[in-house]
Amino acid sequence: MSTPADVGIPSQPREDRRSWLGPTRRRPLEMLFQGVLLASLVIGVVFLATLLIYVLVRGWPRLDARLWENFNSIRRPERAGAQAAIFGTIWVMLLTALICLPVGILAAIHMEEYADKTKWWNRAIELNLQNLAAVPSIVYGILGLGIVARQFGLGTSIITAAITLSLLVLPVVVVASREAIRAVPGSIRDGSLALGATKWQTIRKQILPAAIPGIATGSILALSRAIGEAAPLLLLGAVTFVAFNPDSLTSAYTVLPIQIYDWIRQSREEFQVLAAAAIAVLLAILLLMNSVAIYIRNRYQKRW
Amino acid sequence: MTVTAEKASTASGAPRGSLRRSRPRYGELVVRGILLTAALVSILTTVGIVYSLIPPTVAFFQQVSFDEFFTGTSWAPLFKPASYGVLPLLVGTLVITVIAVLVAIPLGLFAAIYLSEYARPRVRKTFKPMLEILAGIPTVVYGFFALALVTPLLRGIWPVGDGPAIFNGLAAGLVMGVMIIPTVASLAEDAMSAVPQSLRDGAYALGSTRMIVSLRVVVPAALSGIVAAFVLGVSRAIGETMIVTIAAGITPSVNWNPLQAMSTMTAFIAQAGSGDIPVASFDYKTVFAVAALLFAITFVMNAMSIRLVRKYREVYE
Repeated sequence: MSTPADVGIPSQPREDRRSWLGPTRRRPLEMLFQGVLLASLVIGVVFLATLLIYVLVRGWPRLDARLWENFNSIRRPERAGAQAAIFGTIWVMLLTALICLPVGILAAIHMEEYADKTKWWNRAIELNLQNLAAVPSIVYGILGLGIVARQFGLGTSIITAAITLSLLVLPVVVVASREAIRAVPGSIRDGSLALGATKWQTIRKQILPAAIPGIATGSILALSRAIGEAAPLLLLGAVTFVAFNPDSLTSAYTVLPIQIYDWIRQSREEFQVLAAAAIAVLLAILLLMNSVAIYIRNRYQKRW
Repeated sequence: MTVTAEKASTASGAPRGSLRRSRPRYGELVVRGILLTAALVSILTTVGIVYSLIPPTVAFFQQVSFDEFFTGTSWAPLFKPASYGVLPLLVGTLVITVIAVLVAIPLGLFAAIYLSEYARPRVRKTFKPMLEILAGIPTVVYGFFALALVTPLLRGIWPVGDGPAIFNGLAAGLVMGVMIIPTVASLAEDAMSAVPQSLRDGAYALGSTRMIVSLRVVVPAALSGIVAAFVLGVSRAIGETMIVTIAAGITPSVNWNPLQAMSTMTAFIAQAGSGDIPVASFDYKTVFAVAALLFAITFVMNAMSIRLVRKYREVYE
């Protein structure tokens, strides 16, 4: 009647333990469903690959030293470069790191180690942070324009951009740092406290060192989001023509995403090629940062 | 002494009692204060957003009636005579959001089901970083891609009529949809991973196939989380600025045809705000009024999404 293969008794152990309980004949609907699922995932990957290849091919003619040695030039696209934007991006990234990392990490320590979750204000901080993470980035531009630039009187300068971007990526830093702190086992905490260390000594000498890899990974990802952001900076004066590198906190500036946006809007073909070349540089920086983050995560993260 | 002991045992619940130090450590208190201040920065951010939005918005509505703003069909604040009907911007936002959501919701959900229910660990390890990279690409790059490649492609393959204009809502919406896939997929996958294995095992024991388990057990059990993912995806589509500004144009009109140029709330803010507008001018107030509307809409959606996520966390965790 039925051969052993029909009944589905495995002659040798297979990869998937469950498969021998199932029917030996594949069901077409099941196959179709799995195919559709996989295709959905693959579409995203194909899109990513197309985008990367397209940008490289289109920008290739201008991916040379002119891009980082020259300043922007409206009249002569063959001499235009993005040096001011590259330096501006580095400045903005460093300033943003200086502002948002201490604030974010300290806030995370408060929320994980000190905050009493039964108190309404601590719950409010948590809820508020979740909401801030989903506020459109252009609204942060409005905040930067209305409060930082006008009320604080910092104007549309590089420090205004850094403060605004710091607030924008703060939820990312806090969430990543909290996860890293939470992953440190309670036994380390208890051991340190039992030896007579105070709470802050425990945090500084035991918990933070153990959580550093996770915090670093999250921080790099947050900064990579900050340097790719263009929308809020549109409102903060980054679009003006800049042909010099920033030299102080209050100097005028431009950054790579804004320079790219500016070139995309020009009608001449040369500027489109320049935009593609600058995108390639920006994506290279971002991919490098992502790789460093993943490397840190895999290399230093302890499994408890 | 007895008072402190009592207080300690009632306040913290831990049986510390008289072991607690009677003299406070001031250093520790200072640290606590600094940490709390850092945590309060996030509250101040929200307060700052609301504070920067309200005065210009109030001033705006002193000159333009609610009626004109919400029912007027012409948006031309920078022309003379100016008109302030926000409907064209809302229609543009709606059309592009719907296109983006039609792409992102099915693809994001299916990708999440695959990653959570089908993929072997090694497959997950290859695909998840790719989704992370897709999520990390700057939106200005997506905008360039929509304008420089997707629009010409659509114009080339369009079978009937004139096809999409140089600036059109369709290309912007499609590319925005791909941009949102990682958001939807990762939140939905989180929700599905939180479904207890025992529910799946029960269904398998009754003879269900993997497809049935995914669609009839896991998806319904994770539904609130999946809906939260959808809502957050919609909220991101409404708030997205650069793709729209670059690829959809800045032409506000009550226009439901995605093949033509259209403008959104975000595109107007970006366009009008990127010039150097004087604080006293009415244009400044107009930008803030539209921003207030955008903030209100996304705020409601985010609050819904947070509430839904909380619901499944309460059930399974």
